[in-house]
Amino acid sequence: MFHREAGIFKTTYAADMALYPLPIAKWTVAALALLFVVLIPLLFAEYYLAILNLIFIAVVGALGLNILVGYTGQISIGHGAFMSVGAYTAANLAVRLDLPFWITLPAGGLMAALIGVVVGIPSLRIKGLYLAIATLAGQLIIEWTINHVPAISGGAQASIQVPRPDLFGLILNTQSRLYFFLLFFAALAIVATLNLMRSRIGRAFIAVRDQDIAAEIIGINIYRYKLLSFAISSFYAGVCGVLYTYYFGIANYEQFQLIVSIDYLAMIIIGGLGSVLGSIFGAIFVTLLPIVLRLLLENVGSLVFSESELANVISGTRLAVFGALIIFFLIVEPEGLNRLWRNVRNYFRVWPFSY
Amino acid sequence: MGLSARRASSCRGDNQLTIESVSKKFGGVTAVQDVSVEVPRGGILSIIGPNGAGKTSLLNMLSGFYKPDSGRVMLEGQDITHKKPSEIASLGVARTFQNIALFSGLTVLDNLMLGRHVRMKAGVLSSVIYWGFAQKEDIAHREAVEEIIDFLKLQDLRKLQTATLAYGLRKRVELGRALALEPKVLLLDEPMGGMNQDEKEDMARYILDVNQERGVTVVLIEHDMGVVMDISDKVVVLDRGKCIASGTPAHVQGDARVIEAYLGTAKSGGQT
Repeated sequence: MFHREAGIFKTTYAADMALYPLPIAKWTVAALALLFVVLIPLLFAEYYLAILNLIFIAVVGALGLNILVGYTGQISIGHGAFMSVGAYTAANLAVRLDLPFWITLPAGGLMAALIGVVVGIPSLRIKGLYLAIATLAGQLIIEWTINHVPAISGGAQASIQVPRPDLFGLILNTQSRLYFFLLFFAALAIVATLNLMRSRIGRAFIAVRDQDIAAEIIGINIYRYKLLSFAISSFYAGVCGVLYTYYFGIANYEQFQLIVSIDYLAMIIIGGLGSVLGSIFGAIFVTLLPIVLRLLLENVGSLVFSESELANVISGTRLAVFGALIIFFLIVEPEGLNRLWRNVRNYFRVWPFSY
Repeated sequence: MGLSARRASSCRGDNQLTIESVSKKFGGVTAVQDVSVEVPRGGILSIIGPNGAGKTSLLNMLSGFYKPDSGRVMLEGQDITHKKPSEIASLGVARTFQNIALFSGLTVLDNLMLGRHVRMKAGVLSSVIYWGFAQKEDIAHREAVEEIIDFLKLQDLRKLQTATLAYGLRKRVELGRALALEPKVLLLDEPMGGMNQDEKEDMARYILDVNQERGVTVVLIEHDMGVVMDISDKVVVLDRGKCIASGTPAHVQGDARVIEAYLGTAKSGGQT
């Protein structure tokens, strides 16, 4: 919270370019690590750990989508499908070849990256709304293919039961065991994204977003970088899909329908486009929203609605609140929760003085 | 056309960049017609002409945005006519734009670091890992960028987003981004457009320094005749897509066709 630059001098470029240039930030990270690694798993019940696990998975997916949409300025309504590509790749490998998660996870990511590049090819010619529709077509084609090709989907229900991941003989079959597994990948995804975005490749992505003509003139091959962005972004989505699969113990295309693509877009819009912290905020917000809404409606709504109506009311309210929130953020704070956080931080930066 | 190109190149000295009778049409409009220009190594060449004369179109063909309908563009004997803009950049041709084209969401420092994109190598994996190769590379290139920051006196703007900068400063940052590429040839599209007298003098000084201290060949488009005549080694005058005169500033100033293009003659009663 108290980011004070005064009195801190850097003597090397390495120090100036560090992820956390201020000592206070290092303490914050240490405190967060203590909280997540020690305190939360000790104090929280399984139910809350399950929610946190969902957030961790969403963080991975949201970061990936933000690389493409927020940083590179392309759009994809096909990320739900890319997740399903990762999920089914991993599920097939795990079930048919009995491969462990440390092979199925990158394999799912790579397969999703491959498909993502193919779906991203139209981005070389078209932008904005048109690209949105093209990726939407990708989403529907992939959904249909998985649903109708038994070789991929494993038969009638289009779902594959997957054994729980096995970590050196420890079967991750409870939420508290999965917690560390998923926390690790969420943290890995966060650090990887931060690194990517502060180095050559990340800067080139932002250049393509801000000024594609100027990007070309300084030697960035914008076609290559657009496809690269699709590949990296879909890789995250694929990994996210694999994590969902291990979390639920089943790969099912219904978990990855169009609405999921839109949920993830909502995450990064609400959280903040082009921001790692924003992706995390968005993932937390969008994952918690339906849970909190359900809790509220179950308690308050039962006074107004009958038991049978309540389920419909809950799902309807969720969509309505969702839509309202996206409109709210687009109008009031297009830079999302991340911006609100920055405003708070900047206020305290010079507090108690006004400048 | 091949003949005229041959003839043009027969009397050449040491040319860094040669434009050999290029033409470009947009639909029915001929933007550039059979223009040949030789850019001497280490010189400053200015392209002038009335609005719509085809100056920017010519520059766009040099940097690869437009492909000429005929003719070719040679950089140090290498044909770059059909190369992509990004390939031409990596061969050492940098440029700035008439309407500033900075990456507005990034800081001045990041804009300049992006200028070094083609000189850097870090791929996806080393970028993701960062500690190690990418970090070392970033620091090495940061040193080169800091040198440009010192040269252009941008020290206090390093960490500011370019969107927040004043117009003249943004022009200077754009020059810095082009310099970060370590170009052999620098193409400047109206570097002084919209500047006041002080800013123009600063910019002229920077251009001369870039040319003399760094040995960069400069091609610029400019409307301010005072500046053009002061700093150019050679001036090329375009009018309605055609090259109507070229030579030393003094030579061009006295050319009857140039005076006609700019001022019109009593006979024709001015430009249409």
